[in-house]
Amino acid sequence: MNKNLKILINGIIKDNPIFVLLLGMCPTLATTSSAINGMSMGLATMFVLICSNLVISLLKNLIPDMVRIPAYIVVIATFVTIIEMVMNAYVPALADSLGIFIPLIVVNCIVLGRAEAFASKNGMFASIFDGIGIGLGFTLSLTLLGATRELMGTGKIFSINIYPEQFGSLIFVLAPGAFIVLGYLIAIFNKLQHK
Amino acid sequence: MFLSLSVICLTVAVLLAQVNKMTAKPIAEAKAMKLQNAISEVVPPFDNDPVAEAYLMPVGNGDSLLVYPAKKGNDVVGYAINSSSNNGFSGKIQIMVGFDTEDRIVNYAVLQHAETPGLGSKMTEWFKNPEKQSQSIIGRDFSQGTLTVSKDGGDVDAITASTITSRAFLEAVNKAYLAYSDTKVETVTGATHTKKASEEEHKSPEIKEEEKNHE
Repeated sequence: MNKNLKILINGIIKDNPIFVLLLGMCPTLATTSSAINGMSMGLATMFVLICSNLVISLLKNLIPDMVRIPAYIVVIATFVTIIEMVMNAYVPALADSLGIFIPLIVVNCIVLGRAEAFASKNGMFASIFDGIGIGLGFTLSLTLLGATRELMGTGKIFSINIYPEQFGSLIFVLAPGAFIVLGYLIAIFNKLQHK
Repeated sequence: MFLSLSVICLTVAVLLAQVNKMTAKPIAEAKAMKLQNAISEVVPPFDNDPVAEAYLMPVGNGDSLLVYPAKKGNDVVGYAINSSSNNGFSGKIQIMVGFDTEDRIVNYAVLQHAETPGLGSKMTEWFKNPEKQSQSIIGRDFSQGTLTVSKDGGDVDAITASTITSRAFLEAVNKAYLAYSDTKVETVTGATHTKKASEEEHKSPEIKEEEKNHE
C-alpha cells in the first residue's frame, strides 16, 4: 500500500506530466483558456489514463510484443470514444467547449507513454495508482495553468470575479499567454522542487 | 499475434456498440433541448412546437435557412431563424435570430462558433448589451437597410479587436432578416388567399340564390 501511495505522489510531484515530463503539451496549451476547461480536460484524460492503465496491465501477458503499440492504441481509443459519447450525452456544453481535444486524447503522449513505460511492466494495482497519480498531476497542473490565465486575462477564476475585467490583459487568454504562463509555472515548480 | 489483436478489436467493437446504444438517446435529447432553448430564448412566449413546424426558406445563392414559426393560439407571434456565416475569424458561426411580427429583432443566441476566446467569442453577449444602444441589435427594425458595423459606414459598433467576427455575425443576422421578410410576404399573401377564399365562399350562396331567382 505504501508503495502504491508513493507511486501516486510521484505522479503529482516527481513525475508531474506537465512541469517535469513536459508531455501532452498540445492539449495543455490549447484547452487552458479558463480554469474550468483545464480541469475538465484533466479529468477526462485522467479517466482514460486510469482505465487504459488498468486494462493494459491486465492484458500485458496476452499481447505479443510485436503488436503492442496497435493494441494499446485500440484500448486507449475505446475509452476516449466512450468518454466522448458520455460527455456529449450528459454535459453537451462542456463537450462543445473542449471540442476536438477530447478525441485527441487518443494521441496524447501521456496516455501511451504511461501504458508503455509503466502499465506494461507493473501489476494491476500499481498501474491504477500510477494512472490516478499522473492523472491528478495532469489535472492539477492544467487547472493551475487555466486559473492563472483566466485570472490575468479576464479577472476571474472559475467565472467568479476577482477584479474588473478591463484591467485584465487579453494576451493571457490567447495562445502566447499559454506559453508565457507555462514557462513561468515550470520555473516556479523547478525552484520549489530543488529547494 | 494476429489472434490476440483480432480478439481485442472484437471485444472493443462490442463494448463501443453497447455504449453507443446507451448514449444515442440522451445525445439526441441534449441536441433537441439546446435547439428548443435557443428558440424560446429569442422569440416572444409561444405555445406551439416550432421545431415540428419548421420549414426551409431559400435566401438566394442556393442557400436556405430553417425558419421556426412561434405561435400563440393560432396567431404567429414571431419567427426564430437559424442562420449562419462562413466568414468568421475561424470557421462557421451559427446563430438563432428571433423576430417579432413587426420586423424587430427580439433576441439572438449563438449556437456554434470557433472564434477566439475572449475576443470574437464576446459576440454571445456583445450585441445584446442593453446599456449600449450603439452595439446592441435588439429591437432594431431594418428600416435603415441591413445592419453593418460602424467601420463600414453602418451604425452597429463592432466588438473591440474583432471586426471580422462582427462582420460575419451581422452577415448572418442580415441573412436571417432576408429569410424573415420572405417568410412574412409568403404568409401574408397566404393569409389574403385564404381570406379571398372565405369571401368567395361567403358570396357563393348569394350568387346561387341569384341564379335561382333568374330561373
